[in-house]
Amino acid sequence: MQSTLRKSVGLYIHIPFCKSKCYYCDFNSYAGMESYASDYFKALKNEIFIYSDKLKGDTVKSIFIGGGTPSLVDGRYIYEIINHCRQNLDIDRHAEISIETNPGTLSLEKLTTYAAAGINRLSMGLQAWQDSLLKTLGRIHRREEFVENFNIARRVGFKNINIDVIFGIPGQRLEEWDETITQIVRLDPEHVSCYSLKIEEDTVFGEKLASGSLVPVDDELDREMYYLAKDCLSRNKFNHYEISNFAKPGFECRHNLIYWKDESYIGVGAGAHSFFEGKRYNNTCGVESYIRQISRGNMPVENVHRIERNEEMSEFVILGLRLIGGIAANEFKLRFGTDIFSLYGKQLHQLSGRGLIQWDGERIRLTNLGLDVANQVFVEFI
Amino acid sequence: MPDERQKKIRNFCIIAHIDHGKSTLADRLLERTGVLTEREMEDQVLDNMDIERERGITIKAQAVRMIYNARDGQEYVLNLIDTPGHVDFNYEVSRSLAACEGAVLVVDAAQGIEAQTLANVYLALEHDLEVMPVINKIDLPSAQPEHVKKEIEDVIGLDASDAPLISAKNGINIEEVLEKIITHIPPPVGDEEAPLRALIFDSYYDSYKGVIVYVRIKEGKVKVGDSIRMMYTGKEFQVTEVGYFRPGSLAAGRELLAGEVGYIAASIKNVKDTRVGDTITLTDNPAKEPLPGYKKVQSMVFCGIYPADGAKYGDLRDALEKLQLNDASLLFEPESSVALGFGFRCGFLGLLHMEIIQERLEREYNLDLVTTAPSVIYKVFKNNGEIVNIDNPTNLPPAAEIQKMEEPVVKATIMTPTEYVGNIMELSQERRGIYKDMSYIDEGRVMLTYEIPLNEIIYDFFDALKSRTKGYASLDYELLGYRESNLVKLDILLNGEIVDALSFIVHADKAYARGRRIAEKLKESIPRQQFEVPIQACIGGKIIARETVKAYRKDVLAKCYGGDITRKKKLLEKQKEGKKRMRQVGSVEVPQEAFMSVLKLDT
Repeated sequence: MQSTLRKSVGLYIHIPFCKSKCYYCDFNSYAGMESYASDYFKALKNEIFIYSDKLKGDTVKSIFIGGGTPSLVDGRYIYEIINHCRQNLDIDRHAEISIETNPGTLSLEKLTTYAAAGINRLSMGLQAWQDSLLKTLGRIHRREEFVENFNIARRVGFKNINIDVIFGIPGQRLEEWDETITQIVRLDPEHVSCYSLKIEEDTVFGEKLASGSLVPVDDELDREMYYLAKDCLSRNKFNHYEISNFAKPGFECRHNLIYWKDESYIGVGAGAHSFFEGKRYNNTCGVESYIRQISRGNMPVENVHRIERNEEMSEFVILGLRLIGGIAANEFKLRFGTDIFSLYGKQLHQLSGRGLIQWDGERIRLTNLGLDVANQVFVEFI
Repeated sequence: MPDERQKKIRNFCIIAHIDHGKSTLADRLLERTGVLTEREMEDQVLDNMDIERERGITIKAQAVRMIYNARDGQEYVLNLIDTPGHVDFNYEVSRSLAACEGAVLVVDAAQGIEAQTLANVYLALEHDLEVMPVINKIDLPSAQPEHVKKEIEDVIGLDASDAPLISAKNGINIEEVLEKIITHIPPPVGDEEAPLRALIFDSYYDSYKGVIVYVRIKEGKVKVGDSIRMMYTGKEFQVTEVGYFRPGSLAAGRELLAGEVGYIAASIKNVKDTRVGDTITLTDNPAKEPLPGYKKVQSMVFCGIYPADGAKYGDLRDALEKLQLNDASLLFEPESSVALGFGFRCGFLGLLHMEIIQERLEREYNLDLVTTAPSVIYKVFKNNGEIVNIDNPTNLPPAAEIQKMEEPVVKATIMTPTEYVGNIMELSQERRGIYKDMSYIDEGRVMLTYEIPLNEIIYDFFDALKSRTKGYASLDYELLGYRESNLVKLDILLNGEIVDALSFIVHADKAYARGRRIAEKLKESIPRQQFEVPIQACIGGKIIARETVKAYRKDVLAKCYGGDITRKKKLLEKQKEGKKRMRQVGSVEVPQEAFMSVLKLDT
């Protein structure tokens, strides 16, 4: 089946504003540009309107408002943009609608507005339980604010909450990570994302690393933390379903599953990425240039890359293997009309020999060892 | 006695230490004599290759003809022969010098005499050249022209009292240099009616005309249609073109006469047939004796060169063949290594020559290379009386079959400011140097003479020398001969298997330290693998050092960047690219940098 014929898509809406930039972050986000919010949301609406034509006949099965810090801007903007989506696109009645939030920017009022807008999944960036580590990371919030807003969100009625946490923070001790996970479990969210910190070049951490003033956590400790999270979350009925993601049964993030299953999605907003009609592309990154281009009636699209069949098969495998359930041989066959073993037999055999993947007769998935060194597996399919 | 025609010719070269301004002066002379207008000038015309310009050195000899209207009202032909500027090319330098009557000695007014200045001056004096000192860079604030003049007089014994004080960069006093060339350097002599004797001082391959041979006509004459013979190689050719040199081009002429410098083309296919130093004569009326001084060039340094990507073996061969077209001193023959696959064992005149060839292969031919540690030629005396020359450590016979070994030793001349003498003595000691002599050039600088095994020099001696003297010391060396030495073969094992490309021959006293250091270096440059990798250094089966590369624990991208699959893939592609640059040695993946890192142990 061609991806162009598929009838459902995900919609990603990027909000690039932040109060300040976290030390590890190299996403497309900007501090001190909130004054553009009004123009920016106008542009977003226009872009969504432009897509409404192309998406005729397609159902939007998930909306993900990410950032940046979507919760930084007035709740009204969020409410309006979702309304705008409903007016112009065919949003599935049961669509998952998520928003990323920073606990330091939330309030009862905002959370109520989100709920009223129909947002049914809240993602909260806790990152660490200890205020000292939050400071290390350059976060603007304290643990207390997180706990408070988590409880408010529950009272407002959010029944699907994700908590983002980071491990492998410079200076972080295993006990601190243990405390973070234990406390999260106690709060009982539906979803937890545990990301191993990666130090990127153009960040405060990156500069510190280059100048030698930051000592990264060694791989051994990083893995201990990962195992600890896997262990503790699994014991508490969280299903480990992707390398970094854990969810109570039925609460797997449907939007992110679109990425991992190599399905179509549209990204709107500055720097947002799309995979649509067999092409991958992204919008221009700058807030001003994005607004300008939209206001001139141009699509602010860059780096259009048509995904040919070979590349699509490789991406399908690489993305699919991120899921703990892996990829099903018959799904591959159904989508591409080719037997996965006849195509990748050599790689699969070699990787299985190295103990990095396993095959149970239906699905190919990473082993526990493979989870730790997944890139070693992925490169074989590049 | 020169005849009237010859009295109007001056053949000269410019000699200098690296960076003292030889090429800049040459450019100025060309500009001043109108060979080039300022507009046409690209800096340093004579150094054609990018590498020459970048490093400020001349690799190939060049020649150019200028017409100068002197103050005496006469018109002169000036032939400038630009000699290679490095000890590796000493033989080529000597042949270029033999084509001249005089040498302009350029000395930096701030730096004074350096090791190479001396080496080149002595070489010029050996060839009975009139050496004419010129003090350059007088515009520098740190210039000390009077001091440098005195240095020239004290150290070399040349009269420098009326040496032109110039700035080649700023075009100051260039005419004085030209005038002095006329008055100071003698014109050529040589009977143009005698049988032809033309000295080959360089050549290059032109895809249309065949080999262009650079010659100085010592006696006789040559013209188009003449049948010529190379007196040493015995090869014969029909002359298709003769002429003079313009920068970057040739100007065909009718004939070349005794005393002149020019080129001969004769549909010659291979530069090997036009060896530098050979004498060209006419087949019909041959000279009795060739010109003196011919030597067959010998490679001093060898290394294995392999394509990083095994599939590029053919490209590497083609590139080496093309380089050899213009560089008869480059030797190569196919060899294979268990670790590196198929490649070539290459022979070079010296370290610089080796570096230049590697750099040209990478830059001009876009090849990614893996090179093995350089080696010298060892003489191995076997118990059965056989003597073998070994230039590849892998071929060393088993220790039990060896009666004794000899290694080449050089005389190294090092010039340095006095404050670094201690450092240099220490370094030379570490490198098994035998102190020979120390003399003062002036109050601030000395010349040290050591005898050092060549295999100590070819590692990173020059780098170490520079770093221990803040770049102030200069080095020159010449081969003295072979000496018996207690040498052993040091092998490196990865995961228990010998990596042939990392084996080398070393003095027994230094084997332990070197083995340890190499193991440490390799540990730094070999990335973690799925399994623990032991690194061992061993001599004759005995382990002398061990390091371990731990198994990797983590290699995973945690986050999915808002659907930015492209970025993730780019990282994976980069990783794959890195993997491709790895050599599979047994079960261990070794990056090509690892093979190089063992060459730089002092840093």
